[in-house]
Amino acid sequence: MLYRESGQFKTSYSADQAIFPIRQDNWAMVVFLLVAFIAVPYFGTEYFFQAIMIPVLIFALAATGLNILTGYCGQLSLGTGGFMAVGAVACYKLTTGFPEMNFVLVLLLSGIITAGVGLLFGIPSLRIKGFYLAVATLAAQFFLSWLFNKVAWFQNYTPSGTITMPPREVFGIAVTGANADAMDRYLFCLVFVLILAMAAKNLVRGPIGRSWMAIRDMDIAAELIGFRPFQTKLMAFSVSSFYVGVAGAMALSLWLGSVETAEAFDINVSFQVLFIIIIGGLGSMMGSFVGAAFIILMPIVLTNVMVGALGMQAVTAKHFEFMFFGGLIIFFLIVEPHGIARLWQIAKEKLRIWPFPH
Amino acid sequence: MEFLNLVLVAPIVDMIEYPSFFIEVVFGGLMSGVMYSLVALGFVLIFKASGVFNFSQGVFALFAALTLVGLMTGTVPFTLNKSLPELPAWVAIILTFIVMIGLAIAVERIVLRPLVNQDHIIMFMSTIGLAFVLEGLGDTIWGSEVKALDVGIPTGNFLIGEIQIQIFDLWAAGIAAFLVVVLAVFFQYTRTGRALRAVADDHQAALSVGIPLKNIWIIVWSVAGLVALVAGIMWGSKSGVQFSLSLIALKALPVLILGGFTSVPGAIVGGLIIGVGEKVAEVYWGPLVDGAIENWFAYVLALVFLLFRPQGLFGDKIIERV
Repeated sequence: MLYRESGQFKTSYSADQAIFPIRQDNWAMVVFLLVAFIAVPYFGTEYFFQAIMIPVLIFALAATGLNILTGYCGQLSLGTGGFMAVGAVACYKLTTGFPEMNFVLVLLLSGIITAGVGLLFGIPSLRIKGFYLAVATLAAQFFLSWLFNKVAWFQNYTPSGTITMPPREVFGIAVTGANADAMDRYLFCLVFVLILAMAAKNLVRGPIGRSWMAIRDMDIAAELIGFRPFQTKLMAFSVSSFYVGVAGAMALSLWLGSVETAEAFDINVSFQVLFIIIIGGLGSMMGSFVGAAFIILMPIVLTNVMVGALGMQAVTAKHFEFMFFGGLIIFFLIVEPHGIARLWQIAKEKLRIWPFPH
Repeated sequence: MEFLNLVLVAPIVDMIEYPSFFIEVVFGGLMSGVMYSLVALGFVLIFKASGVFNFSQGVFALFAALTLVGLMTGTVPFTLNKSLPELPAWVAIILTFIVMIGLAIAVERIVLRPLVNQDHIIMFMSTIGLAFVLEGLGDTIWGSEVKALDVGIPTGNFLIGEIQIQIFDLWAAGIAAFLVVVLAVFFQYTRTGRALRAVADDHQAALSVGIPLKNIWIIVWSVAGLVALVAGIMWGSKSGVQFSLSLIALKALPVLILGGFTSVPGAIVGGLIIGVGEKVAEVYWGPLVDGAIENWFAYVLALVFLLFRPQGLFGDKIIERV
């Protein structure tokens, strides 16, 4: 009906290869961007930005990173929290060490430093596979947490052990520090995340992405037809770590402002990001965003309903939240193991041929 | 030179100079290794029989220990009222085992059966979900405060020469050894055990000779529940029944990859190696880097080890074909 591609003829290769080949998708994207850039800042409150929009964007970026590694290249990682911590610490050290440096450059450099660390921990992936690798990446998580906690240099020798982001400006507008307006931080996040997500999308649908997917589907077969597993896997590890690192740097600078590294980026963060890509959809860019929105919003909604509407005690509500959360994950896996992105795809297919069943 | 001396020579000299202290450290390591092995054993049993990497094993131990304490103190479920009769330890243990069997049946019905034939990672994620559910459920039923657990395992310590030995540790090791022997006999000599090994070898072949896969899974998860119960009793008596009990699962993971996912002896030996390695490293090399290396040392040890033997110590040889 509305979602029909009849009458839309592609007359060039570039039209055929577009990210959104169907006109309706383009319009939907435009509407989405208008909402994100105009409606949300217009109607949003401080709480809305700080508790929902900014974390959703940051976790979506981290999930994009993990999705590159796990969803596209098939290497299961449980060290996301550790790599986010690297990004956060790198961001902190760079801003305090080089006060003149542009904040955008700081974020990108934090990502590059994290990419280097990720490369290091990716080396075992050539020999170790599957769950063995997953457990091996936990080594990164625990080792990095310990390192940032123990070595005082990473905290600039502050006695409390917390790292606090100093105020920084981009184009004359404060984006970090206590005085930064939540809306400005949100808009900066949005622009940054959208650009990086666009880059990731183009990366995974090009030759590099195809080599990752070949390795994911069967690494030996991929090796036989000429993909180099070592380079490809390490590439995935470093690109993935870059995204995760930038997400960590943004979490410190734009969202939390001041963190205790080992606490803020613990193993639960790793699991949270893994949940996001599983529920959103492995190997789907959109899945990372939808999953992040889902995982961030769900506990807030649950707590509000249980404590606010049903009048439960906060402790009991917390326990119920655990149960509900776990139950929902199992339910999702049973109903649609390929995530929300897959549901969306099925819905689109159905719409295209509506009212016919096939 | 100074650095090399500190890292390579000084700790070794220490060990040789005070052998009794070294033995005490190793002994302490062996004992915590036994505890790790107990948890790792539960993982291996389930992974062998159903190919599921059961992340919720630690929470199983927590849940079992919570249930045991609840029954022993006569707590009414969901209310925290202690108005039921207090049960003696052995009755409570048997009842808890029955609860764990019920849990195994529920897990097979609700979680595993609809997910048959899915990717390993999907199964793995579902057990993380299961861990969340059980954590919330255990706390909702029995309350979330720290509880003491005493099933009558004797405590105290005695000296052999200069070496101090905890009686509780000896009991723990004895019970663990007994459990392993019972499991080995069960797997080797009973009809059900043979069926379990057949399923572990090849699901489809086992199905085709008429082994009921569903029942096997229930049995395996029940046995894993029993192992979790024993682990829960040990850890619970040692450090109280509380949320952190579920985190021992994370400690068991390096044990698992060191020993190999599919090997029961691997879980035992891996546990002992990790236990000793981490204690010795903490005591002799820990002070060099300001301590608390216990958290990650096991993982790095396992990681380095895996580089040379990707399938673990006793794991099945990985054969890859296109």
